[in-house]
Amino acid sequence: MTLATFPADEPKPSWTRYFSFNTDAKVIGIQYIVLAFFFFLIGGLLAMIIRGELITPEADLVDRTVYNGIYTMHGTVMLFLFIFPVLNGLNNLLIPTMIGAPDMAFPRLNAVAFWLVAIFGVLLMASFFVPGGPAYSGWWSYPPVSIQNPLGHLFSGQGMWLTAVALSGLSSIMGAVNFVTTIIRMRAPGMGFFRMPVFCWTALAAQSLQLIGLPSLTGGAIMLLFDLVAGTTFYDPAGGGDPVLYQHFFWFYSHPAVYVIILPVFGIFSELFPVYSRKPLFGYVYVALASFIIVGLGLIVWVHHMFPSGVAQWMRNLFMFTTMLIAVPTGVKVFAWLGTLWRGKIRLTTPMLFCLGGLFNFVFAGITGVMLATVPIDLHVSNTYFVVGHFHYVIYGAAVMGIFAAIYHWFPKFIGRMPYEGLGKLHFLLTFIGANLNFLPMHPAGLMGMPRRVSSYDPEFAFWNVLASLGAFLLGVSIIPFLLNMISAWVRGPKAPHNPWNAIGLEWLLPSPPAEDNFGEHVPVVISRPYGYGLGKPLVENQEAIEQVLTAADLQEASR
Amino acid sequence: MTTAYSAPSAPQEHGGEHDKHNLTGFIIFLCSESVIFLAFFSGYALLKTSALDWLPAGVEGLEWHMPLINSIVLVSSSGTIYLAERAKAKGSLWGFRGFWLLTMALGAYFLYGQAIEWSGLDFGFTSGTFGGTFYLLTGFHGLHVATGVGLMTLMLIKSFIPGNYEGGEQGVQATSLFWHFVDVIWIILFLLIYVWQRS
Ligand code: HEM
Ligand SMILES: [Cu+2]
Repeated sequence: MTLATFPADEPKPSWTRYFSFNTDAKVIGIQYIVLAFFFFLIGGLLAMIIRGELITPEADLVDRTVYNGIYTMHGTVMLFLFIFPVLNGLNNLLIPTMIGAPDMAFPRLNAVAFWLVAIFGVLLMASFFVPGGPAYSGWWSYPPVSIQNPLGHLFSGQGMWLTAVALSGLSSIMGAVNFVTTIIRMRAPGMGFFRMPVFCWTALAAQSLQLIGLPSLTGGAIMLLFDLVAGTTFYDPAGGGDPVLYQHFFWFYSHPAVYVIILPVFGIFSELFPVYSRKPLFGYVYVALASFIIVGLGLIVWVHHMFPSGVAQWMRNLFMFTTMLIAVPTGVKVFAWLGTLWRGKIRLTTPMLFCLGGLFNFVFAGITGVMLATVPIDLHVSNTYFVVGHFHYVIYGAAVMGIFAAIYHWFPKFIGRMPYEGLGKLHFLLTFIGANLNFLPMHPAGLMGMPRRVSSYDPEFAFWNVLASLGAFLLGVSIIPFLLNMISAWVRGPKAPHNPWNAIGLEWLLPSPPAEDNFGEHVPVVISRPYGYGLGKPLVENQEAIEQVLTAADLQEASR
Repeated sequence: MTTAYSAPSAPQEHGGEHDKHNLTGFIIFLCSESVIFLAFFSGYALLKTSALDWLPAGVEGLEWHMPLINSIVLVSSSGTIYLAERAKAKGSLWGFRGFWLLTMALGAYFLYGQAIEWSGLDFGFTSGTFGGTFYLLTGFHGLHVATGVGLMTLMLIKSFIPGNYEGGEQGVQATSLFWHFVDVIWIILFLLIYVWQRS
C-alpha cells in the first residue's frame, strides 16, 4: 500500500521557507498574506492615532504636520502594503489550484515580485525617520504640495514615497503579467473560459486593469519625481506646467485601482455564496462577463474624482454619466448573489457571515457612490468626510470583510488545519459593528461640511466624531480574536480534511495542504461548469475515485 | 495501490511549455508598456496645446533634418530584423547573425545620432514644459532603443550556444517584437515632436 505514505511521511517542509526566496506559488501566497497583515497592523496603528486625534475638536494629540504625515502613510500603507499584497497572496494560492496548474507561469518572477514588496515596505517605513518626516501630501500626492522639498535633502519623505510607489508598480506589473499568462495558458484540460471559477474571471479582469492603468500612474510619478528633484516644471504653473495633468494620470490609474480591489472580492462572494447556500451561482455567465464590462467602464470614469478641480462642464457631465452606468453591471452581480441566496440552505459559518456583512456594506457604499457621482452633490461633499465614509465602506466594509471571508474559507486548504468557529464569529461581530460605527457617522459629518485631512474641526461635528472614534477602537480590538484564531489554528488547530465545507472546485480535489506541484502530472479533466451544487453532476472525470483516495487519506491523517 | 496522489515530486520543468508562456507574457508586458508612452504623449499634447508660450525665449523650434535621417535608419532596422528572422526560419544561422548584427549597428547609429542632436541643442531639461517634455520623450524612447540593442546582443551571444536555436527560440521573436514596438513609438514621437511644431 503506497497510500500509507501519503501525505504525512513526507519530510515536513521547514517553516524557514517562508523567509527564503521560494518559487512555490503557495509559499509566496502565504508570504504575501502574512506580510500584508504585518502592515495592516502598522496601518491600523496609524488609524488609531488619527481617530485618537479626532475624538476631540482640538488638535491636541499630535502636531499638525505630523498628522499630515500620519494620514498620508495610513492610506499608502493600507493600499500599497496591505490590500494589494493580500489580494496578490490570494491570487497566488487560488489561481493555480483553481485551474489545476502546478505553479504560476513564471515562478521566479513571482518571487521577485513578492520580495520587491518587502523592499519597498522597508523603504516606506524608513521614511518615518528621515529629516522632515514621511510624505505628507496625502495618498494622492497632488502637486503643488508634493513637489515641495523645503529642507532640500536628497532623501525627502516625498522622494522615498515616490520611489516606493514606483517599486510597488513594478511589482504589480510583474504580478499581473504572471497572473494573466497563467490564467490564459495553464488551465486544466476541459476548462474552457466558461468553466472557469468566477474568482479567476475577476482576477483576470482586475489584473487587466492593472496592466492598462498602472503605467499611467508610473508615467505621472516619473514626471513628479523630476519636478521634485530635477527642477522640471511639468506640474508647476510657474514654468508653464499644469497640476491638473497629474490628477488625470493619478486617477486614470487609481479609479481602476478601486476595481482591482473590489473585483476579486466579487469573485470571493461568487465562490462562497453557492457553497454556503448549496445552490449553483445564479447567472454564472453574466456574473463572469459583467467583470469585463466593469473593466471597460472602469477605465472611463476617472474624472469623477476631479469634479471640483477645474475641469470643463461637458467633462463633468460625461463622466457623471459613465460613472452611473457602472452601477448596472455591478447591480447584475448583486442580484445574482441575492438570487443564489434565495431559498438556499444557508449555513451561517464564519466565512458566510463575512460575505453577508460585506455584501450589505457594499450595497450601502454603492448608494453613496452614485450620490457622489452626481455632480451637484459632489461639488458640495467632495473633500469632506462623506467621501471618506464612502470609500471606507467599500474598502473596509466590503473588501476587507470579503478578504476575511476568503481567509477563513481557504485556510483549511492551504494550512491544513481548521480555524475556530467561535473566535471567527466573535471576529465577525466586532468587525461588522466596529466598521459601521466607525464609518457611518462620517456621512452626516461630511454632509454637515466637515473637511477631510484636518486635525482640528468645528465642535458642531464632535458628536459624530466621538462615535466614529469609538467604532475605530472597536475595530482595533476586533483584530485580536482574528490573530488569536489564526495563530492558534496554525499551530494546533484540528487537522483539516480535504474538503471541510463540501465545496465544489478543483482546489477541493487536492489534499490539505496540497503538494508542492498541486496535481503534478495528473491534472483532472474538467467536464462541467463550476458551482454544480445540488445538481449531482461531477466536476471532473473519475471524480469518485479521486474523492475516495482523498477521503482515505483524510481518515488516515485523522487517526494519527 | 499506487495513486495519482502519491508523494509530491519535485516541481516539473516544463521546458517547451514555458517557452510559449514567455512570448505570451512578453506581449502582455508590451501592451502595458505602451500605456506609459500613451500617458507621456497625451501629457505632452495637453501641455503643448494649453501653453501660452510654448517655446522658451531664444528657441526658434526644432531642427528636423537630422532626426529625419535617424528615423529612416530606425525604420529600416525594422526591415533588417525581419530579414534576420526570415534567415533563421530558413535555417541559415549565419544569415541570421549578419542581419541581426546589421540591425544592432543601425540601432547604435540611431543612439549616436540622438546623442549628437542632444549635445547641439540650446535648451535643457528644465527649459519649461517644452524642454521637459522633449527630453522626457526622446530620453525614455532612447532608453528603450538601448534596451533593444542590449537584448539583441544577448540573443546574438546565445546563437553561438550549440543547438540553441533548433526548435524555435522565443527570445528572438520577443526581441524582434520589441524592436518593432520601439520603431512604431518613434514614428509617433517624430510626428508629435518634429512635424507638429508651434511657436
Ligand atoms: C457604484 C459604484 C461606485 C461609485 C458610483 C463611486 C463613486 C465615487 C465618486 C464619485 C467618488 C469621488 C468623490 C470625491 O472625491 O468627491 C468616489 C471616491 C472614492 N471611491 Fe467610489 N464609487 C463606487 C465604488 C467604489 C468602489 C468599489 C471602491 C473601492 C473598492 C471605491 C473607492 C473609492 C475611493 C478610495 C474614493 C476616494 C479616493 C480619495 O478621494 O481619496 N468606490 N467614488
Ligand atoms: Cu472612482
